[in-house]
Amino acid sequence: MTNIRRSMLFIPGNNPGMLQSADVFDSDSVIFDLEDSVAIDEKASARILVKELFSSIEMSCERIVRINPYDTPFYASDIEAMRQLDIDMILLPKASVESIKDLDQKLIKTNINIMVLIETALGVEQVFEILNASKRCKGLMLGGEDLCVDLNCIRTKKGDELLYARYRVVNASKALSKFAIDTPYTDTFDEEGLKNDTLFSKSIGFDGKASINPRQVHCINEIFNPTLDEINHAKRVLEAKEMALKEGKGVFSLDGKMVDLPIIKRAEKVIELALKLGLMKGTS
Amino acid sequence: MMTIFGYKKNYQMYDPKKKYTDKHIRKHSKNNGSNDKYRKSIEDLLDELELKNGMTISFHHHLRNGDYILNRLMKEIAKRNIKDIRIFASSIFPCHEPLVEYIESGVVTQIIAAFISGPVAKTISQGKMEKVAIMHTHGGRARLVESGEVDIDVAFIAAPTCDKMGNITGSCGKSACGSLGYAVTDAHFAKCSVAITDHYVEHLGSVFIEGKYIDYIVEMESIGDSKGIVSGTTQITKNPIGLKIARLTSDVIYHSGYFKNGFSFQTGAGGTSLAVSYYVKQLMMKEKIKGSFASGGITGYLVDMLKDGLFEQLYDVQCFDLEAISSLRDNKNHIPISASKYANINDKCIINDLDFVILGATEIDLDFNVNVTTSSIGEIMGGSGGHSDTAYGANVTIIVSQLFNARIPVIKDKVLCKTTPGETVDVLVTERGIAVNPKRNDLIERFKKTNLPLKTINELKQISDSLVGIPDKIQFDEKIVGVVEYRDGSVIDFIHKKL
Repeated sequence: MTNIRRSMLFIPGNNPGMLQSADVFDSDSVIFDLEDSVAIDEKASARILVKELFSSIEMSCERIVRINPYDTPFYASDIEAMRQLDIDMILLPKASVESIKDLDQKLIKTNINIMVLIETALGVEQVFEILNASKRCKGLMLGGEDLCVDLNCIRTKKGDELLYARYRVVNASKALSKFAIDTPYTDTFDEEGLKNDTLFSKSIGFDGKASINPRQVHCINEIFNPTLDEINHAKRVLEAKEMALKEGKGVFSLDGKMVDLPIIKRAEKVIELALKLGLMKGTS
Repeated sequence: MMTIFGYKKNYQMYDPKKKYTDKHIRKHSKNNGSNDKYRKSIEDLLDELELKNGMTISFHHHLRNGDYILNRLMKEIAKRNIKDIRIFASSIFPCHEPLVEYIESGVVTQIIAAFISGPVAKTISQGKMEKVAIMHTHGGRARLVESGEVDIDVAFIAAPTCDKMGNITGSCGKSACGSLGYAVTDAHFAKCSVAITDHYVEHLGSVFIEGKYIDYIVEMESIGDSKGIVSGTTQITKNPIGLKIARLTSDVIYHSGYFKNGFSFQTGAGGTSLAVSYYVKQLMMKEKIKGSFASGGITGYLVDMLKDGLFEQLYDVQCFDLEAISSLRDNKNHIPISASKYANINDKCIINDLDFVILGATEIDLDFNVNVTTSSIGEIMGGSGGHSDTAYGANVTIIVSQLFNARIPVIKDKVLCKTTPGETVDVLVTERGIAVNPKRNDLIERFKKTNLPLKTINELKQISDSLVGIPDKIQFDEKIVGVVEYRDGSVIDFIHKKL
């Protein structure tokens, strides 16, 4: 299991066909959903299906289960069922400091980590405290749809209404060295819109983007992949660094620009990611 | 060698080492020298033709599931109490359900076709037809006619537009279907050729089948249902698994070593095949690669690629949508070809110049043999069409398929019916990995240097078995209901009656 999370794909927990094929779409993480995509009268069957899936099929992707919120009657049963399974993380919807502390307690004696879904105005304001409330908490996802309901505004394709929340949650997660996943782009037929939205997510520091349809995964992965130019530049930075070390130079430049520690760290990250993704084949 | 009722005694079993030696013999050149070919009705025509028991009559399938001709003719033939008719149709579709009654009553005792689906296929599988069905390939059909192995007594040719001389085109008329590639050979070689049209004109400028091969012309109010003839527009799949397979297939093409200027390409009209065309187009534009030709059944996607200059020519044996029909009519680089020119081993056929062909499979086995003739329960539901022709001709034959569909696995230890031999199949692309035929070490070595998810076909089968299990073995009766002929005429498999 790598810590690459370019894409996180939601799969409804009550859809056997999709569950069986959950790991074929190249999503780095798959979120098996017990919450919004499952009707009230299907909650128990979804729980059983997801349990059966994990007991019979091995999956190569990161496995996350979105349980029902803390204040619903399904919350406790979801945790009870999921804590017995070999899953990587639980995604806690409408996370608050209180709910994450409760979930943390209920996961004692398991290796299951937590990821929080920030989708209320209060959650956005308290995001630092929420992320910091449990050592199991490894990162967050922004939930744009519910947040817009809470903010009483219309969710648009351009997404201006989410700007504040996006910047805020990215900053909080990076301050605590945790990952941040952006909200899904909900028009599954608008590939151009998805591309632009994902490019924006990447540009402000999100580590990946959620998707609600397998068709979106390829586009998201491509955007979060380092480009060939980025890989080649990173290689040159590291080669120049090696050369400078050999020549005993503390400071060096590349293409007339001074190379300092942040640039070296970025180059190392790019190469690490490219190696993990097998993207170094074919680079110059 | 078994004796099979209704099949030649001296048949040869398929041998992968065999070299083809049959000669192309042009048997008939029809021109009765008369311009008075018009007959008032089907009834008048049949009165004159004096059809007899045991005759072979042919039909083409360009009107596909909208065809009215075959049913209309058989109704009239049955009325005349003629029996033991052998139907030599390029394909049989669900719309031909009325044939079931004629099969059961002995009016029709044998069907020879490249593809049989629907109620007729079911009836044959149940062993209700007196003689065996013979399932050939598209190229094999042309070979059978041209070599004289099948002697057509009367060819009934659905003609979307026909003029007074008997010249025919499929490009216009209310039942326009585009290319008439499967009808040409019949017109040229049948003892008698009849054009049946619902668009009778004074004079045709652009001609696909020349009037000199046509003996009679009959007008009907309608020769077909346009809704069943072509789709308005063919659409790429929205199924994410199909899209993933298509994307992987374009990666296979890219890394194969054959993707370079001048390459040639064929794919079908199914959603996944169209998605392959879509991704190949993106790839061609990105890499600035231009192909020489695309062939086979033509869709709007390939037409767009021709218009965009990505291919120099389209060789069209049948049109799948309205865009293809318009393009065939208006673009001189969109060229109609006969089934013989397309895939006959005795002709200088187009498929031998193919670099890539993308094909489907109902089943594929560990030796890469493919079944597209029967369903996973052993009932006839299709046939080769051009499958085994193009698989033979192309440099890289790629089978695209989901690893399983509705819990039915595609990879089996042995296919229930061998349509296309494994030695002509190179790559299997599924959503869970790509298997390359071990005989194509060149491709394996190339693909190893890439990120392609390479697996052996055994590994893919193990994954599939672990997910959906192994189906129970299908039981068959000893009775043979169909013979599958490879493109050279050898027998590649038998189809048995279902128990």
